[in-house]
Amino acid sequence: MEEHHDYDDIPGTTVFDAERSRRGYHLNMFCMSLMKAENRAAFKADEAEFLKRFPMSAEQAEAVLKRDWNRMIELGGNIYFLAKVFSTDGKSFQYTAAQMTGMSQEQYAQMMLSGGRSPDGNRSKSEWKNRG
Amino acid sequence: MASIYAGLTTSHVPAIGAAIDLGKTRDAYWKPVFDGYDFTKHWIQQHQPEVVILVYNDHATAFSLEIIPTFALGCAEQFAPADEGWGPRPVPVVQGHAELAAHIAQSVILDEFDLTIVNKMDVDHGLTVPLSLVFGQPAAWPCRVIPLAVNVVQYPPPTGNRCFNFGRAIARAVASYPQPLRVMIWGTGGMSHQLQGPRAGLINQDFDNHFLDTIGPDPQALVRIQPLEYLREAGSEGIELVMWLIMRGALHERVQVLHRFYHVPASNTAVGHLLLDNQV
Repeated sequence: MEEHHDYDDIPGTTVFDAERSRRGYHLNMFCMSLMKAENRAAFKADEAEFLKRFPMSAEQAEAVLKRDWNRMIELGGNIYFLAKVFSTDGKSFQYTAAQMTGMSQEQYAQMMLSGGRSPDGNRSKSEWKNRG
Repeated sequence: MASIYAGLTTSHVPAIGAAIDLGKTRDAYWKPVFDGYDFTKHWIQQHQPEVVILVYNDHATAFSLEIIPTFALGCAEQFAPADEGWGPRPVPVVQGHAELAAHIAQSVILDEFDLTIVNKMDVDHGLTVPLSLVFGQPAAWPCRVIPLAVNVVQYPPPTGNRCFNFGRAIARAVASYPQPLRVMIWGTGGMSHQLQGPRAGLINQDFDNHFLDTIGPDPQALVRIQPLEYLREAGSEGIELVMWLIMRGALHERVQVLHRFYHVPASNTAVGHLLLDNQV
């Protein structure tokens, strides 16, 4: 049974709490393994094969292979762990953030230069209901 | 007797470290960020600390999900810059102050703050970027550093109130250290930012400016901010700001703001920096 939390109302945001940490443990520990150069090399050589070393779910492995960041987060991934994956890919936080928001990296960078995403209209899921 | 003569807060954005390491500090994008630290860089040369207690968070570097300490105090003789996946930052090894750290650990545990003692730990950008911002690129850091790592990766981090009271316990511990030592405490992380999900890129300048304006004169107003409010208003990673309250709790009720700086953006994050005199 899923507990309901007050922070579940924040739109576009997945709070990495104890339950998600439990669900994402093996996914995140896979990410952690990429801190070592030999593991990065093995992962790059055969991603699907390398992922078999970690007892994560098929959905988690598929999300990694597709680099579906939002799905990885939904399945218990934490952004500081996922950073090991996009760093292995040679990508930046800003590249990945843009992907998670559905913007181009240029659009995202411009939004940040213009002061970032305003909290106005982004505080509650009720404010996102009318979005596409 | 040791005493805490000043406090400092700063963001610890990894891209700032990369800009320093790659010689980009005068680039148009980065120059305004680094200019904001000029005052402090000059001030600290006239007011050198012997020890900095540096409150920061580890970013899945020294601590994975195997062990998640809420408060972890670095009690080792030294701490190596961590390899965060692309080689360690080219910065000096951090020299600890094992005697003071051991004294703090013993004092605060008896004061009912049951922290974790860490005798071996690499330190990531959360700790080394603030040192680079304030001290530049020396061959050796000019002071000893006691790392105090706070869990803000897995929710919930300690509350602002807990952090503030922990800071007070640290101040009592430092004051009871028998040797004379000039100590600073730095609170790092923040300001508003969100690195994950469709809401990534959130920046709340009103929240940040209020936080910067209030932490000196009226920290009790900030201590009351609940976790939900940080997440909603300052972004899922903006909750790191509770670490600033450890710094503030370690200072006197009255402090003087010597320097204040705020800038948006550094990569995905709002940068905030304060220098607080604790001798007023």
